[in-house]
This record gives sequence, structure tokens and C-alpha cells, in this order.
Amino acid sequence: MVTMAVQIARGPDGMPLRTKLARVERRRKLRAFTLVLPLLLFILIGFVLPIGRMMFNAVHDDTLLTLMPRTTAALSAWDGADLPDESAYAALAEDLKQAWAQRATGAIAKRINYELPGLGSQVTSSARKASTLSAGPYKPALIEINPLWGRQDVWSLLKRGSSAYTAYYLLRSVDYQYGPNSEIVASPPENAIFWDMFLRTLGISIGVTAATLLLGFPVAYLLATLPAKYSNLLMIMVVLPFWTSLLVRTVAWVVLLQQHGVLNEMLLGLHIISQPAQLIFNRIGTVIAMTHIQLPFTLLPIYSVMKTISRTHVRAARSLGAGPFYAFWKVYFPQTLPGIAAGSLLTFILCLGYYITPAMVGGPNDQMVGSFIAHYTNEELNWGMASALGAILLTATLVLYYVFNKLVGVDRIKMG
Amino acid sequence: MRHSINLTRLKQADAHDLDRAREKLQSVKKQHGDLAVGGAATAGAAQGPGRGLMSGTNSAFVKFSEVQKTYDGDTLVVKNLNLDIARGEFLTMLGPSGSGKTTTLMMLAGFEVPTNGSILLEARSIDAMPPHKRDIGMVFQSYALFPHMTVEENLAFPLKVRKLGRAEIEPRVKRALERVRLGGYGKRRPAQLSGGQQQRVALARALVFDPKLVLMDEPLGALDKQLREQMQLEIKHIHEDLGVTIVYVTHDQSEALTMSDRIAVFDDGIIQQLAPPAELYERPQNAFVAQFIGENNQLHGKVVAMNGTTCKVEIAGAGNVQALAINVDAVGRPTVLSLRPERVQLNPTPGTLPNVFSAEVAEVIYLGDHVRTRVSVCGHNDFVIKLPNSEGLVRLEPGAAITVGWKTEDCRALDAN
Amino acid sequence: MRKTRLMNVGALAVIGLAVTALAPAIPAFAGEQLTVTSFGGPAQDANRKVIFEPFSKASGIKVNEDVFNGEISKIRAMVESKSVSWDVVDLYPGLAGQLCAEGTLEPIDWKKLGLDRANFMEGETTDCGVPEVVTGKVIAYDKDKFPSGPKTVADFFDTKKFPGKRGLQRRPVENLEWALIADGVPLEDVYNILGTPAGVERAFKKLDTIKQDIVWFQTSSQAMQLLADGQVVMAAAYSHRIVDAVKSSGKHFQIMWDTQQLSMGVWVIPTGSPHRDAAYKFLAFAGLPRPQANFANIMPCGPTNKEALALVDSAILPDLPNAPGHMASALMINAEFWAEKSDELTQRFTVWVAK
Repeated sequence: MVTMAVQIARGPDGMPLRTKLARVERRRKLRAFTLVLPLLLFILIGFVLPIGRMMFNAVHDDTLLTLMPRTTAALSAWDGADLPDESAYAALAEDLKQAWAQRATGAIAKRINYELPGLGSQVTSSARKASTLSAGPYKPALIEINPLWGRQDVWSLLKRGSSAYTAYYLLRSVDYQYGPNSEIVASPPENAIFWDMFLRTLGISIGVTAATLLLGFPVAYLLATLPAKYSNLLMIMVVLPFWTSLLVRTVAWVVLLQQHGVLNEMLLGLHIISQPAQLIFNRIGTVIAMTHIQLPFTLLPIYSVMKTISRTHVRAARSLGAGPFYAFWKVYFPQTLPGIAAGSLLTFILCLGYYITPAMVGGPNDQMVGSFIAHYTNEELNWGMASALGAILLTATLVLYYVFNKLVGVDRIKMG
Repeated sequence: MRHSINLTRLKQADAHDLDRAREKLQSVKKQHGDLAVGGAATAGAAQGPGRGLMSGTNSAFVKFSEVQKTYDGDTLVVKNLNLDIARGEFLTMLGPSGSGKTTTLMMLAGFEVPTNGSILLEARSIDAMPPHKRDIGMVFQSYALFPHMTVEENLAFPLKVRKLGRAEIEPRVKRALERVRLGGYGKRRPAQLSGGQQQRVALARALVFDPKLVLMDEPLGALDKQLREQMQLEIKHIHEDLGVTIVYVTHDQSEALTMSDRIAVFDDGIIQQLAPPAELYERPQNAFVAQFIGENNQLHGKVVAMNGTTCKVEIAGAGNVQALAINVDAVGRPTVLSLRPERVQLNPTPGTLPNVFSAEVAEVIYLGDHVRTRVSVCGHNDFVIKLPNSEGLVRLEPGAAITVGWKTEDCRALDAN
Repeated sequence: MRKTRLMNVGALAVIGLAVTALAPAIPAFAGEQLTVTSFGGPAQDANRKVIFEPFSKASGIKVNEDVFNGEISKIRAMVESKSVSWDVVDLYPGLAGQLCAEGTLEPIDWKKLGLDRANFMEGETTDCGVPEVVTGKVIAYDKDKFPSGPKTVADFFDTKKFPGKRGLQRRPVENLEWALIADGVPLEDVYNILGTPAGVERAFKKLDTIKQDIVWFQTSSQAMQLLADGQVVMAAAYSHRIVDAVKSSGKHFQIMWDTQQLSMGVWVIPTGSPHRDAAYKFLAFAGLPRPQANFANIMPCGPTNKEALALVDSAILPDLPNAPGHMASALMINAEFWAEKSDELTQRFTVWVAK
């Protein structure tokens, strides 16, 4: 038997079959890999690297380390209990002079202002004055120039700057910050906006997902069951918005929903309301516009799943004694769940990142995390905050996806 | 009485044709005693549940009365259907696709509404009754098992709908599964079963709630040949064991012949013939049935003389043939002669048969149990002879000159389409 | 900051590329030429008509135009890399002040220019710029809604007397000032008080009183749309846009000139401009009363040369922000203050809006 097997496992040239198979397979795999290589590289460069860089920016900030090298070095031995000694002040004075000469005070001021709002301009002005100091002792001189240099929290901040990594941006993104002695404390109420905003983002996304589901499911059912000549027309109407830019659609909603917009004028004309209803620049407008934009994303996966459900299932259920609703609910509906799950997940995740639509049809209280990421990126150039918010949003999305997977099972999802 | 079927067909005929049709019926009756082969088979079938069926009476279990169906308002898919099905009968609707058989089944199930006429179940009209109230089990070609439920849940579904308690459901599901020999498969999902197993589950599910009537819409169409033949027997046995009424739709004639008490041959929205399998094969009433059921040689000719139950038909350029006058109008009218390949004798002893013609062998195909020979005769070169592979089988070569002959009663003069 | 430096390097590289790419493409002119960079749009169109073209005709110097969006990093990059391709740039005085202190801009030699600095509105605002134009941010309202209109900025904050939504641009500039003035702060103390933490609190507190009634918009042009659609009953807007809307589309908008907030535009010369002399000739021409008045006739912004006012069409004069009657309660936006405080107040403002 053994000899037989060995004989069988060798090709005519005496090479083991296993080796030959591996060689053939390797060639095939190599070819497959070459085919996906461009996409792999594209994803790596266009997706993985920027996101990795963003995650890195959320915790990495070496502004103080590079622009105030002497001070941060001098503070490495500081115990943080009392104000640092003269040597640290001397280092500070030198750093401020250098910074002034290199026009780098703005960056330092901006960085300090993030954590201690209102101090930015004082940093700049004291740097200007410090540039004229020529001899010590620097401690009284600097405190004389600006009392800010006698503050514990300022020095704690500078000491934290001796590390290129900071948790500040992440803390701030969940409404925490560093206290005067680098302890973690809750942000003061006038600054604590992000936790609410994350919850709001979640709430709006869930609301929009639910709305698209309620509106999309019946339409998807109709699409899947109507004869082709009607369903094609309906399908075009569903997909039509895809061919229009998001901006145009959002502006169209402004026209429809505004104070004297189409909808209000109609309701007034029909005497349903006596005063124009506030339909825009608030949550209503945001949810309406987002629902409209997201509808196809929810609808199409459901439709494609429904398309595969055989009509005979419902017929079979009917013949087995189930009434129309019971047959639909127990036999048809459960089979659409993979589509519902896919559509909802798609819409929900896309909703989490919205910012243009809420900015145009929402009020200040309807802005989502995305708006702040855009604001910090485009207007304040605060990359740390933008990255931290982005990183938290991404992490939250991944966690939600994981939970969803545990509950529903992504392998059961059908994207169509 | 067995030929009440012909009345069904006659109802579709014009009134002035009735008398002639009665004559024909008489002639069939008379032949009955003469036909040794067909007689036994028919007698066997006649003892089945189909016996005692009365057309036009209200005793039928299922009754189609003047049923018509059109989808587009222009063409009738089912044309004026009258059909009675007896309790406990296994009735097969056989026909090519588009013949109206599935539409008829769907009307009975309640998924299609008749455009005209009415359907009665146990003498009560079910036209206004929704499908789930009809208490009819149904097996679909695609099985229609619910993919999100286990086999057990699938089987329990009709019982749960009927609000049966768990204590009652479990044993019934178990029994139903064992009946189709799938005792250990209850916890699996349909996708984890083979096609044959899925089909058996579908069968069990259609039976588990003890329906009065079970409809099967080409249930074996998706199975391979061997499995299909096995399942045919299983279904037949289940039918015999339970005594349930089954209406079965198929386009496979051998399936219909295997299982049915009676077969309704559909074509063009009309039942062409309704008869037990043997009778259908032995005594097709028209050219379509003769052609559709089994293999059949057709010779086109013209009636030159009528002589009671027989007639003389002239085949152009070949001579005259003596045949049974089954469905011929009058002297001088065209007709189609139908002749089963196995009833043709090779090189008959001269004088023993009324119909003998010379022929030339065109093709010989060896098929194990028999040899199929295509010959050229009477100007037809697609004339087929089946020669059983038994002692005395003559070896034929293509091109060989032979004679072929057949009895009068094996040759049926039918309508000329 | 690291990012800024990266951006500078990037900008340098881009400009370097652009210069090498364009250099052979620009035909060599026999005569002199210079490049003037502004913000584009209708203002640049008006400038072309009343200044660029007449200047070219008068001096024989060809004017090439470029457009930017106030990105001073571009100017910095040019000057640092000693490849200045812009000779005259249109800039805000606050930014001009910053660049001037760094030495990125050429200090203006008024003698060489041949113009009287004292004759210019806000002539002292920066050493590196010649005031070009003055614009006024005003509160405009719909005359159909309020026939007797709001008279002061306090009325703007009075939602009982004047109910309805107010449109404001989503930024701290102007809004914090108005809040303080409405709260009773005299014009001359606005920036002193806004410079203190308590003053900032006070401003936000005042804004809190109408927060529910504010519709925020992103770009100043949206104000017209909001007013026209009836989405707001009053809005902060540039006076010349309101005048234009009334004239060209017959809107019934009314300008409340009380406590209008003025901002300047200045012409500057980047250090190392290759056509410095031509740039001086250009600035001398642009500062003359006649071209300035012509500009105001086309686009009702204020001329900075005080002599120009007399040359403006009498029908247009009352629409200008620096028309005689409008200056009494006007507040000049403190560019220096905002250059210093913009970051911290924007941060605070963003959080406040979102709460």
C-alpha cells in the first residue's frame, strides 16, 4: 500500500506531485497577486496611509518640543509641585527670543491657546517683550512681563510639551482636559460640546436610517414585485437623485422647505397652517434632506435581496394555511433581513460622516461630528482636533460594526 | 362508464357534432372486448379510485365547471374546462408547456382567479375562498422551502398557523419526517440538504396538516432521472398509504404513466383526452394524444371507405390500409393513421396480416433491450419499428429490403389535425 | 507650526514649478508691465475698468492680473524664495500689518508715490499699504416687514420690538462688536473691553439673548438670499451688496447705517517685486481721486482719498459707507486686534455656536 502511494504520488519525471502542484499553484497565485497589486497599492496610498496618518495626528503634537526645545528639556526634571527654578525660566527666555526671531511665536501661542484659551495673545506679546531681555535673573523678569509665566497650569502645559505625544486632543473630543497639575478633569460647561455632538450624530443617523427604512421598504417591495415595465420606470425615479449632485439636491430642499418655500405656501394655501412652519435650519430639515439623499442607499440592497426571494415562498405559506399578512411577516419579511441589515448599515455609516447637508439645512444645534472635523480642518487648521474627532468617529463606527456583526452576522448581509 | 371522459371532450364540441361523437363512443366500447392487451390494463385502472366517476353530477370531490381563464383579455389560456376529480384519486395533468395545465392547478390552489365558470370542492364553490382557507397542500417545482427555517420549523409552519399546541405539533412533525425517511434531518436548514431530500421535505410539509387535497406542480422537474424515478414510486406509495387526493402537473409522460389513476392530456387550453394510463397509450382519441404519449408512427391518407368500426384509408402512392375508424369524419376526408412502433411486424408471413408493405431499412440503432429500426415505407422515411431483443431477432443492415405489416386493430385512423 | 512650514515648502514647490512652466509662455513685451493680484469677482471687474485699463492707457504699462483668496502664505513663499511674481496685491490691513512687520511687504515711500498720506482715510493703518477702498458691514432689513425699521443695533437685539429671525455670518468678527455696542459699550471702548476675558463673556452673553433667533450663514453673499426668501427679517451684509440688490432687482431692503462696521482694503507691494517702479506708478494712479470716484460710481464702496468723495455722482454718494452722514456712528474694525485674537475668539465662538 505504502509503496503504491509513493509511486502514485510521483510524476513521470520523478518529481513529487505535491511539489509540482505547489509550483503550479504558486504561479497562479503570483498572477492573481499581480492583478490586484495596483488596487492594493492605491488603497494603501489613498486610504490606509492617510487614515493612519490621521490617527497618528490625533495623539502626536511636537510643536512645543521643537519650538521650545530648551524649556521642555529643562522641565524634564521639574516635579510639578511648585513653580520651576531659574534655569527653566532662562531656557524659556532663550526659547522665546529664538521663537520671536524665527517668527514662530504664533505657532507656540496657538498651541498654548488650545489648552488654555485666551492666553495665545499674551504669549505673543510677552515673547516680543522677552526678546529685549538680555540678562537674568529671568524668573522675576518674565513674571513681571506677564503674570502668565507665574501660573502653574502654563508650566504644566509646557512640561507636557516635552513629549511629542499628547492625549489632549482625544480628551477634548470627549469633553475632558488637563487640569492645572496635568490631572484629567472634565471640560468646563462652556467648552463641553463634543459628547453631546457625538450623541446627536448617533441620534440623527439612527433617525435617518429608520426613516429611510420606513419609506424605502414598501418601495423596494413594489419594485421587486411589479412587472418590469412599471418597475423600470419606478427604478429610474429611485435612482434619478443619484445623478444629481448632493449640493443641488440639498439646495432644492432649501427652496422647498424655507419660510416662504413651496411646502409652506402649499400648506398655507390649503389652510392647514396659519403661520409658516419652521421646516428648515433645524432638525426637521436636516432629517428630511438626509433621508432623501440616503433613501437609495437603504432601498437598493433591500430591493436586490427581495428580487431573489421567490414568489412561491409566499404562495407556499398561503397554501399551508397562512393569511396574507402572516405569510408576509413570517416567510417574506425574514428573508429580506439581510437586505435590511445591509441597507441600514450602509446608510447609518454614511450618515455618521455627513456635514454639508446639516450645514445647509440644519441649525447650529444640528451640526454633526463631520462639520467639526471640516471646521477644524478648513477653518481653524487645528489638525489635532480634526484628527482626534475623526479617529473617535472611525473607532466608534468600527465598534458599532463589530457589535452589528455579532448581532446580525455580516456574512448574512447581502449588498446585492 | 369509463368513457365518461369522452363526454368531457364532447361538451367542447358543437351541438351538431354530438350525434356523430356518440357513434364514435359506441365504436370504442365495441372494440373494448376485442382488444386483449389494452383491456387488462384498463380493467386494472378501472378498479382504482377513479371508478364510479360521474360527469355532470355533484358527487365529484373537485369539480371544474365551464372554467375559462385569460390573462390579457384576448386569448384564453384555459378554454371552457369541465373536469371531475374523485376523492382519493391520483390525477395527472399532462401537457406541453403553455397548454394550460399549471394555470388550471393554480386556479384550484386559489392563486389564480377563473375568468369564467366555477370550481367546486366537495360540492361547495371555492371561487371566493382565499388560498389559505382551502386546506389544500401544495408542492412546488422549486420546493419553496423557507430558507430561514429549519426542516422542523418548515413542517411545523402549517400546524402553527392552525394554532396547534406544541404537544401536538412535535409528534406530527416527527411522523411526517419519518414518512419521507428524513428522521434525523429536522434540525438542518433546507440549504444543507440535497435536492431529493428537499423535495421530500416539501412533500412532508404539504402532507403534515392532513389536507383534503394535495397539488403538485412538476415537483420532480429539478431532479436527475434516477432520483426522479425513485421519488415517483415514493409519491405513489404515499398516495396509496394515505388515500389522499392528488392533482399532479407534469410534462413528463413517463412520470404521468407511472403514477396516475387518470391522466388529463392538455393542449391549447383543452383537455384532449382524459383516461387511465393504459387506455391513453393504447387508445389515443386524437392525433395529438397519439403523438404526445409514447412513440408513434403517423401515416397521412384519405378515407376511401367506412365499414362500421373499420375503414379503408388510401395512402397516396402506396396503397390502402385497413384501420380502426376512431376519429374520422366521412369518406373522402383526410386522416392520420397512428401506429405504435412495437406493433409493427417485420417480414410477416404473407396472408396473415391485412396490411403489408414493402420497405427499406434506413437506420438501425441498438438499444439493449430492443433494436430501433428506421425504415422507409409508404413514402415516409421516418417510420420506426421497435424489435424486442429476444430469440429470433433478425439482423438488419441499412439498405436491406424488407416487408412490414400490422393488424387492423393496431392502426387507428384519427383526425387529420 | 510644522504644518505651516510644510505648506510653505509645498507652496514654494508649486510656485517654482508654475514659474518654470509659465516663464517661456509669457511673451516678452517691449514695454513695461506688472502683475496686480486681487480677489476676483465684480470688484476686480470694476477695478479693471476704472483703474487697470485707464492706467495702462495713461502709462503704457501693461497690467497682468492674477486672482487669490487672501492666502498670505503665497506671498511669504514668493518673498522667501526670491521669486516674486506679484507686484501689487490687494490685502486686508490686518494681514498687511503682519507681513509688514516681518518685512515681507515693501514699506510705502509716500514721497516717491507723490500722494498725501494725511489725505487718506486710515492712511496710518499700516506702513506697507495704500488704502484702496472702504467697505461697510451694516444691518439690512426688509422694509415691507418693518416700515419704521430698526434704528440702532440695540433694536437688532430686541426680538420683542422686531420679531423674526436674524441672519449673521458665522464668525466672531463684527458679531462680538455689535453685541457689546448693543449692550451699551461706547464705540471707542469696544476693543478695550473685548480685549478682556470679562468683555468676551459680556459679548457672548448678549449674543445668547438672541441665539435662538439667529440663522447663521457661511459666506457674506448668502445674506441677500436669506433676506430675499423671507427666511430672515434682518441680516448683516455689506452695504454695497444691499445697494446693488435694491437697484438691480428692486428688493425693498433698507440699510441701517447706525454702527456700521468698516473694513479697509489696501494695495501692497511684496518685497523684491521685479517691477517696483511700475508698481509705484500704479499705486499713484490708483490713489488719485478720479479713479477712486469712478470705482465708487460703479460699485458703491467708499473711496479712501478724501478728495474723491466730492467727485462721486451725487445720486450714489448717500449709498457710500463713508458718506458724510454715515461716519458718526461707524466703527472701524480693528484689524490689529483681530490679527492677534482671531484664533482664540474663533475657538470660543465655534464652541458657543454649537452649544
